[in-house]
Amino acid sequence: MAKVKTLIIRAPGTNCDAEAAFAFEQAGSAVDSAHINRLVAGDTSLSGYQILVIPGGFTYGDDISGGRILANELKLKLGGDIQRFIERGGLILGICNGFQVLVKAGILPPVENGQRLTLSGNDSNRFECRWVYLQINQESPCIFTKGISAMYLPIAHGEGKIMAEKETLETLNVVARYADEKGDTKAGYPHNPNGSADNIAGICDATGRIFSLMPHPERFIRWTQHPRWTKEAPKQHGDGLGIFLNAVDWVKRS
Amino acid sequence: MSRVEVSVKPSLPDPRGEALKADIRDLGIGTVQQVRVSDVYLLEGDLSRKELETICRQLLADPVVEAYSIGEAPPTPQDAHAIEVAYNPGVMDPVEESVSKGIRDLGVKHIDSVKTARRYYLSGKLSAGDIELISSKLLVNSVIQHVVTSGEKAALPPASYSFSLEKVELLTLDDGGLTRLGREKLELNLDELKQIQGYFAKIGRNPTDIELETLAQTWSEHCKHKTFRSRIRLGEKVIDNLLKSTVMRVTETLNKPWCLSTFKDNSGVIDFDGRYALCFKVETHNHPSAIEPYGGASTGLGGVIRDPLGTGLGSKPIANTDVFCFAPPDFPHDKLPPGILHPRRILKGVRAGVADYGNRMGIPTVNGAIVFDDRYLGNPVVMCGTIGIMPREAAQMGQQKPGDLVVVVGGRTGRDGIHGVTFASALLTGESEETSASSVQIGNAITEKKMIDVLLKARELGLYRRITDCGGGGLSSAVGEMAAETGVKVNLEKVPLKYSGLSYREIWLSESQERMLLAVLPESVKELVSLFASEDVEATVIGEFTSDRRLKLLYENNPVCDLDMEFLHHGLPQSERKAVWQPVKHSEPDFAEPPDLAEDLKRILGSWNVCSKEWVIRQYDHEVQGGSILKPLTGINNDGPGDAAIVRPLLDSDMGVIIANGINPKYGDIDPYWMAASAVDEALRQIIAVGGNLNRVALLDNFSWGNPEKPDRLGGLVRAAQGCADIALAYGAPFISGKDSLYNEYATEKESICIPPTLLISAMAVMEDVSKAVSMDCKKEGDLIYIVGTTYDELGGSHYYGLHGATGNRAPRVNPEKGKKLMDSLSAAMEKGLVKACHDLSEGGIGVAAAEMAFAGGLGMTLHLDKAPLGEAITRNDTILFSESNTRFLVEVAPEDKQRFEQAMKGVTFAAIGEVNKGDKLDIYGTDGKKIVAAPLAELKEAWQKPLGW
Repeated sequence: MAKVKTLIIRAPGTNCDAEAAFAFEQAGSAVDSAHINRLVAGDTSLSGYQILVIPGGFTYGDDISGGRILANELKLKLGGDIQRFIERGGLILGICNGFQVLVKAGILPPVENGQRLTLSGNDSNRFECRWVYLQINQESPCIFTKGISAMYLPIAHGEGKIMAEKETLETLNVVARYADEKGDTKAGYPHNPNGSADNIAGICDATGRIFSLMPHPERFIRWTQHPRWTKEAPKQHGDGLGIFLNAVDWVKRS
Repeated sequence: MSRVEVSVKPSLPDPRGEALKADIRDLGIGTVQQVRVSDVYLLEGDLSRKELETICRQLLADPVVEAYSIGEAPPTPQDAHAIEVAYNPGVMDPVEESVSKGIRDLGVKHIDSVKTARRYYLSGKLSAGDIELISSKLLVNSVIQHVVTSGEKAALPPASYSFSLEKVELLTLDDGGLTRLGREKLELNLDELKQIQGYFAKIGRNPTDIELETLAQTWSEHCKHKTFRSRIRLGEKVIDNLLKSTVMRVTETLNKPWCLSTFKDNSGVIDFDGRYALCFKVETHNHPSAIEPYGGASTGLGGVIRDPLGTGLGSKPIANTDVFCFAPPDFPHDKLPPGILHPRRILKGVRAGVADYGNRMGIPTVNGAIVFDDRYLGNPVVMCGTIGIMPREAAQMGQQKPGDLVVVVGGRTGRDGIHGVTFASALLTGESEETSASSVQIGNAITEKKMIDVLLKARELGLYRRITDCGGGGLSSAVGEMAAETGVKVNLEKVPLKYSGLSYREIWLSESQERMLLAVLPESVKELVSLFASEDVEATVIGEFTSDRRLKLLYENNPVCDLDMEFLHHGLPQSERKAVWQPVKHSEPDFAEPPDLAEDLKRILGSWNVCSKEWVIRQYDHEVQGGSILKPLTGINNDGPGDAAIVRPLLDSDMGVIIANGINPKYGDIDPYWMAASAVDEALRQIIAVGGNLNRVALLDNFSWGNPEKPDRLGGLVRAAQGCADIALAYGAPFISGKDSLYNEYATEKESICIPPTLLISAMAVMEDVSKAVSMDCKKEGDLIYIVGTTYDELGGSHYYGLHGATGNRAPRVNPEKGKKLMDSLSAAMEKGLVKACHDLSEGGIGVAAAEMAFAGGLGMTLHLDKAPLGEAITRNDTILFSESNTRFLVEVAPEDKQRFEQAMKGVTFAAIGEVNKGDKLDIYGTDGKKIVAAPLAELKEAWQKPLGW
């Protein structure tokens, strides 16, 4: 069959595009990246791709709030294209800033009447870079995390706190929760690094094909990226690789 | 003008307000009850109410957590105080561009300008004095901001400029007049101005204002390194050119084939793996950071990132390193001289500036240091460095041809930073804050980030022939230097401006950030401009390179500058400087050896210099780009102090680059020669400690010093330059670039306070296989602990003496012949996989290193000092435990590797002095077998983490 093709969208301030491309390449996908302007101008089209990625960064400086300006751009200028991409069964992955963008664009969770969920400033009021333990919700329909029960990944953000009314939180398809090293998903700071409601670190849509998370799986592809690789027994790959392998395999199978 | 105020919904907590409340309490104002912070947007343009509602709902306010109001500020609640803070006119508002874009994206057409402000609501029993204190200490920096009073206009009316040529009467000035002109306007001395006067006398006219200022900038200390190139008399000796006779001599003598470009481009370049090259530069940005820490530090980092970008044909930045020197954060507020910001505020501002810029750029900050000393109070030292990677064929500086076009790319030009270069070469005074406002800028990382993204594409496509950055001196320096060998003609009115009203002089001298200069073939220019436009970056042709070796500037066809390149670049007379070097005799401390050294160990661990910098490090993204192999924080809880950082720049390769630094100004109080020697040794030992070797190590020097016109300051500088050169040469490590920042003194009414002699040695080493890396945390109980290297009675300038109120006279020395052999043997042992952990010994000696290894690994350790090899008779345990002798390591080896390790180390000084155990204590026995330290690891770690645990 034809090779799986992934498109990474760049905008001014995107900065995790190269490592996201590396991760998808390691998982067996061909990868292109395109500036948002190329998509808006119609020079690049989503139609040839099965996987769409909004990577981490500080798009437009995260001025006003994280991901807000790119979110509006996606919604207002590419809304139809993205809708068609979703309808024809494409996968969408948002990482960190990409999570903020997808939430604020109303793509994840899909919004009919107004954004109900947000990612706001960390409780610590500061940007933090640290490694976190994640527990994967085994009930989740997320295709990206099939067969994965726990992960250890780095976060690096200042605005990662999931906030919403209780009713909204109850309707979310939670994929990943911050936990302590024993797997307790009620653990507080610094295990839950931002004060996220219900320790939520990642969510997906009802189909499991649109997935976003604050931690960076693309930063843990090779074992030597682990903070304690000089001490612990080596694993063949970093925990993050599974997410990319799952996505590429799913496309191959469907 | 429409005003919008956005705040966190009253029902929700406001983390920004909570953080500010904590800062207010730190000021000693405990009566503050609650703090809330709002963002204010002032929108200029023809906006309907409906459009304003759309802008608020869809862009400015988060529908889940924020509320907005349109119009006048909402009434301040009873018992609350509202303070609104805005940027001063002319200061670039860093979010204006993106907010305007966001508004236009909504389909709103008539938006002319956006300004932002912040409004603080403070409740609690606060006096007018409290409010004033909070405003001045925490909310407002008057250099760039002010408190808004009612009725203020958001934007300045557009100014206009009509051309008129400014000439300067130079030919008729006598020596007195020249001296005054030099001192008040140009920072040039009489000899230099006489040279300039002679030039204009010969061509028979007075200079224009920008001719004179271009000369002043090109000849400034910042650009020409006059001191380092001067003829220095030190006693009987004459040093013709300090730079050439010290650091550059090392590079020349070693003549390493892997040094691809040294001391000529914007950064030094070495070969990485035959296909790629690495470049490295560290810059100082001291004076701007003293008066506006956030802006000064962010533009300092932004500036140094452009150095690798402007090296060869352009490189991609892969790592940042930051080293700061401040006064201690607990400096008493009431002793702070007027006009000086408190060191805690400077530290916080600098950290935030570097983090906000570096994080937004997507460049990991992997390494650094912070040094504290009272003498940095009025003049902090802020050094930022960047490493870049490029294909090897792009490593050499390009060369334009006559007829190539001069293209400026990136940000627009405004009034920012005019006179930054000459300001950098001047002394700070209490008035600096007022007079230097236009020298300070705020960076905009995204402007730089998008410029880098598209520039690297243009490089791949071969669309330009040469590149350099616009840094200090702006277009004046960048164009002047690039065209030195050819000549150039520039039409200044073509330079894109942030706002109207700039004179030709301001355009030429502005130091607006985020700009680069390219030499472009005429046939490529169309493709280049449209490539840049496709990613929303401006590229503008402003002139043409010529073959007449003249610097010709025009404004609307009026000639405003016509200078001979030869005179501009080579007309500066070599200056003569006098230096003296007189060793200072410090008193030796006189105290009995304490029987229990645990308390002193904890005090050293908790000193500002040694304590954990986790608070700073975590706020830098040190993982972005995915290349981090050894991180700045390491160990079982990811919080121990790593030695050097290791980065893998190519994700599919196993080769790495090791980044390290050495700095210790305290030794300089005894002898700058040995301070410099120690800095080189420290940087190299960090490289060895993580599993690197000396085969391919490149060094950078950054001297921050006092006024070199004072012979005693210069004498120390000469000693330091000689020290680092001698030791680097013996170790076989060439310098590839460097930088000096002089005149770091702060004048009060009584005296001129000089910073301590400060030399940063930064090192970059190529590592063949990153999977051989070794971290510093103890790995397993039962392993042996060795000390490698010789301990001497070298407590001069040490932390231990500092605790006991003394400096002493025996600063650590370096024996590089022995040192090189030792480092080579240890590298070889590590290459064979015989070392499980390794930590270099520096401040606090054996005691601190052992404690750090133990608590980072979460394992106990026992040491016996009687086994440590000594270089001379030492009778005191405290001397052995805390001596800061160079070229020493603590090494952890598995018992089964004992023989192989000892075999590998044959011929160098080492000894097994202890072991790792399952306990939770550090136990150290003295030479007489008595226990001198028995400390729970938790206590040691707490002492180390507490000071900066903000």
